Amino acid sequence: MSTILEGLYYAESHEYVKVEGEFGYVGITDYAQHELGNVVYVDMPEVDDEVTAGENFGAVESVKAASDLISPVSGTVVEVNEALNDNPELVNSDPYANWIIKVQLSDPAEVENLMDAAAYKAAIGE
Amino acid sequence: MENKRTCLYDKHVALGALISPFGGFDMPIQYTNIVDEHNAVRQACGIFDVSHMGEVLVTGEESEAFVNYIFTNDITDAPDGKIFYGMMCHETGGVVDDLLVYRMGENRYFLVINASNIDKDVAWITEQAKNFDVVVENQSEKYGEVAVQGPKTEEIVERVLGIHCSDLLFYTCKEVEYNGETIIISRTGYTGEDGFELYGSHAFTNEMWDKLVGSGEVKPCGLGCRDTLRFEVGLPLYGDELTDEITPLEAGLGMFAKLDKEFIGRDALAAQKAEGLKRKIVGIELKDKAIPRHGYEVEADGKVIGTVTTGYNSISTGKSVCMAMVDIEYSKLDTEVAVRIRKKVFPGVVTKKRFYDKNYKK
Repeated sequence: MSTILEGLYYAESHEYVKVEGEFGYVGITDYAQHELGNVVYVDMPEVDDEVTAGENFGAVESVKAASDLISPVSGTVVEVNEALNDNPELVNSDPYANWIIKVQLSDPAEVENLMDAAAYKAAIGE
Repeated sequence: MENKRTCLYDKHVALGALISPFGGFDMPIQYTNIVDEHNAVRQACGIFDVSHMGEVLVTGEESEAFVNYIFTNDITDAPDGKIFYGMMCHETGGVVDDLLVYRMGENRYFLVINASNIDKDVAWITEQAKNFDVVVENQSEKYGEVAVQGPKTEEIVERVLGIHCSDLLFYTCKEVEYNGETIIISRTGYTGEDGFELYGSHAFTNEMWDKLVGSGEVKPCGLGCRDTLRFEVGLPLYGDELTDEITPLEAGLGMFAKLDKEFIGRDALAAQKAEGLKRKIVGIELKDKAIPRHGYEVEADGKVIGTVTTGYNSISTGKSVCMAMVDIEYSKLDTEVAVRIRKKVFPGVVTKKRFYDKNYKK
């Protein structure tokens, strides 16, 4: 069973966003990291890059495949998780503590288009 | 078309393996994760179901001459038990398949071919055999095969299976009587580590699997780490580094193509060698950790100069590396090139295509 945290918002493409005030922390779900297997590289945008809900902002690479990252929200990247440059496997060990980008949300209401924990749990068939 | 299953398929499912299609078979890609399985083979012992591989037996009066005619390596006067690596080539020099040839005895040769090429190879070999006094038999359905690989393999095979193997030298084989059947064991593999491959009936293959996995000392390993292991030591995979359009010389396998004897494709290879190669497969090491994968473009001087054939973040070294077919002028060691990965271009340098040293027992 995958870990799914209450209070987060989830996208069909298996990213989550955790909203704190005007910021959103975006990462991939526990289900996604398990499906990918050993993560060896996270291709992240740069600070000040714009991200748009539903559009690509990077990739997570496991040994066997590269998987695009789709942003669940729109806004400006204010921080990237630099720890993932040296230790990408942190995404496997705790994907919720190890978010990938911190976004200043341009439209906080967008999260209403995402799933809550219960809906995501149903979506992945667990 | 429905994929085939090997005689060990039910074991893979019971172990919870991730199953994916490969070469027309539903094969286990990983049981736990690729990194742990890879490291088990580098450090201890792992077992692979390679029953999908094809086996072709060539017998008859002209067996040696025939095999030498379709095979790039030279098997002349080989002693019984000797094994050769090489290719079968088209007249153009492109590769039909790469394979092992086992000299089992006089006028008896056992060819081990790639799963994805079984139908193509058998048709091609049979066609070439028309003018020879030989019998070509596809025995792929009859044989199961396991590869047991890693530095602890010899001791484990002797003790757990009770099969004497320490007498076998690298690239030799023998037939052994086991529970009333004749099985083949060879000191070969596709991981860069010491190890053995065992060929026998489906029942024998299941027994080998059960005994070795049941011992708790041998880790079930999927095709995922088989690819990362062979890649790190620079071994080619048909479909990536070898194809109908790539010659052994371009793949850097000229030492297995003996141009001083006759074989199909020999003239094309001799001409290519005389003219000089226009492209070849090299290693490339990237400075960053992004992963260059099959099909990605290699760039230099603002243009595309090649294509990645296989690439990984090497599990044994931690570096992002690939093999790539590049224009010959960019093939020298230390040449600066770059690989386009998604929207970005990642710089790297040309290296040898062996990223990790082999650890064979010779």
